[in-house]
Amino acid sequence: MVKRSTWSLPYLIFMVMFVVLPLLLIVLYAFQDGSGHFTLSNITRFFTDSDSLSTFAVSVEVAIENTLICVLLGYPAAWILANRKLNRSAVTVVLFIMPMWINALMRTLATAELFNMLGFTLGKGTLLFGMVYDYLPFMIYPIYNTLMKMDNSYAEAAEDLGAAPWTVFWKVTVPLSLPGVMSGVLMVFMPTVSTFAISEFLTNNKIKLFGTIIQENINSSMWNYGAALAFIMLIIIGITSFFGESRQDEAEGGLI
Amino acid sequence: MTNDYIIDIQHLSKSFGDVKVLDDINFYVRRGEFVTLLGPSGCGKTTLLRQIAGFIAPDEGRILLEGKDISGIPPYKRPLNTVFQRYALFPHLDVFDNVAFGLKLQNVPAKEIEVRVKKMLKMVSMSDYEDRSVDSLSGGQQQRVAIARALVNYPKVLLLDEPLAALDLKMRKDMQMELKEIHRKMGITFIYVTHDQEEALTLSDTIVVLNEGRIQQIGTPADIYNEPVNSFVADFIGDSTILNGTMICDRRVEFMGHEFDCVDEGFGENVPVDVVVRPEDVYIMNQLEGAQFSGVVQSCIFKGVHYEMFVETDKGYELMVQDYNSFEPGSTVGLLIRPSDIQVMRKERTCNTLEAEVEDDKHVNMLGCSWECEVPSEFAPGDKVLAEVAFDKVDLWDNQADGKLGGEVHFLLYKGNHYHLTVLTDDGDHLWVDTNDIWDKGDLVGIDIAPSDIKLRRRDG
Repeated sequence: MVKRSTWSLPYLIFMVMFVVLPLLLIVLYAFQDGSGHFTLSNITRFFTDSDSLSTFAVSVEVAIENTLICVLLGYPAAWILANRKLNRSAVTVVLFIMPMWINALMRTLATAELFNMLGFTLGKGTLLFGMVYDYLPFMIYPIYNTLMKMDNSYAEAAEDLGAAPWTVFWKVTVPLSLPGVMSGVLMVFMPTVSTFAISEFLTNNKIKLFGTIIQENINSSMWNYGAALAFIMLIIIGITSFFGESRQDEAEGGLI
Repeated sequence: MTNDYIIDIQHLSKSFGDVKVLDDINFYVRRGEFVTLLGPSGCGKTTLLRQIAGFIAPDEGRILLEGKDISGIPPYKRPLNTVFQRYALFPHLDVFDNVAFGLKLQNVPAKEIEVRVKKMLKMVSMSDYEDRSVDSLSGGQQQRVAIARALVNYPKVLLLDEPLAALDLKMRKDMQMELKEIHRKMGITFIYVTHDQEEALTLSDTIVVLNEGRIQQIGTPADIYNEPVNSFVADFIGDSTILNGTMICDRRVEFMGHEFDCVDEGFGENVPVDVVVRPEDVYIMNQLEGAQFSGVVQSCIFKGVHYEMFVETDKGYELMVQDYNSFEPGSTVGLLIRPSDIQVMRKERTCNTLEAEVEDDKHVNMLGCSWECEVPSEFAPGDKVLAEVAFDKVDLWDNQADGKLGGEVHFLLYKGNHYHLTVLTDDGDHLWVDTNDIWDKGDLVGIDIAPSDIKLRRRDG
């Protein structure tokens, strides 16, 4: 008889080949010089190179700004979508989520063309616009999910205890939907740090992001330094996601 | 004239879509009273409570709080608080902050909040739980916190929506006693919603019995139990045998094939009535001497305090009897009912009376379809008439397609030797049916009426 655990073998092989091995290779390359000897110079180079550091700072700044704008735009949108009085049809929800189904590269290229046609100068403004456009659905959906699942009796209980609608919103709805917001923040913040296509197309590489310099290094065959940068980014993503997880251990309604 | 009504509900009606959930509700609540809205699920009791709380606006009618109409006032401005069925404690706040929620909104000074919250938690025996998260509490503990959270605001009326429904039996009994004690200590008016008749009888000063959106009876627990006004109330509250009877004259009633002395007057002579006999009011004995009638014991079950027996009487009626002594199934027993224990109720109807329209000399239209029947020559096509159909002349079929129209068994009542069913047709009309067949609530049935059983008469006025 075949043990049931053997069913997971194909997935295990897949995981090893496409997740574990590449990650090991990144670590391996990050700590090697061009001739294959162990070194820490790739890492120290990043922390001493003001160009890399400032690119990193810009990346984080853009990611924070993008996440903030997504929360500010996404929360009200999710709230309206989840409100049965304001939105009676599931179609509206699908319309908001639909951009997620279209390749981000295509949307970004189209946005860039649109800006060119309208004569906008490409720069930070267009970059943020493109990022918000790309990532907003990832913010809306988890928040919408939490709001939809929220028991209406909490809001009623608050109202019953004397809270006007606005107070109910701030004292009950918002705190109870925070797990959804956290989930959305992770979904938006982490990919924005590592993106390079959006900045390439929407700023004509005027603004370089962390993802951009990794890509440039790898493209110009500087594998070791590129791997070191990727390694640093992985650690940062790991920390943020761990930080996020621990804060929402019992969170319901994430995107995944 | 001033009265002491803290809540006065006048002509309240509410529909959800086509369904009339509440129909012309009128009752008042005195200051400090414990009033229970009692009824089966779907009777409109929760809707009524939610209208008082302000979550649902009435279609018609007014709700007066201390003489002032509060119908247009949003819930957060009403000096009333609710204990919700599923507690609805805020999961992001601890026990203390849950209870303090209302007081903080009123900007009560922090010191006073602390004093009042602690006092209230002490009252519901939750003093040591202030810092606990609500998720870590048991159902009973959450219920206590929910009660404290509502009462700490000193509401003019406390509304309770089936607060004990989710607790197990033992805990429910304990909480009932505690609720009664809290009510006595605080002196706050309670309006309590439940479907549990025992709970209502235990807790209330006044019970309002609701069914299908209408008030059936308002009275003290003793009134409702001893003198139900109709067969619904008699059946819903406590155990009972409901029988068809005839009021022969004042203080004399016939049922189960025998004549009995009773204490009821003013029904008229030879008027059909419903008779309620409570099982604990039937005297059962081994000898026939001194008995009014005899019967044979069919079954005997020990119920803890008493035995519950079903006795087939000499005229073939089934009667439920409760007694401290057991009687062997198969044994012949003598039975006696005292005049004051016989509750006589006016019948709500003696046959089905339906609105109909004559189609031609052989057909009428009623209940949304065309029926063959004998149309008297005095009626012409298009005449609006009344059709009468006796209860036992309505035929029910297992298969909806076998009948002329479909329906659902909505309510059933055993009347000693037959069942009296309320059938809701697909179009929402009511039909009452007497049958010997056994149906269950919710059964889908086909309905048919033989042409000769439809009697037409002129509409009055």
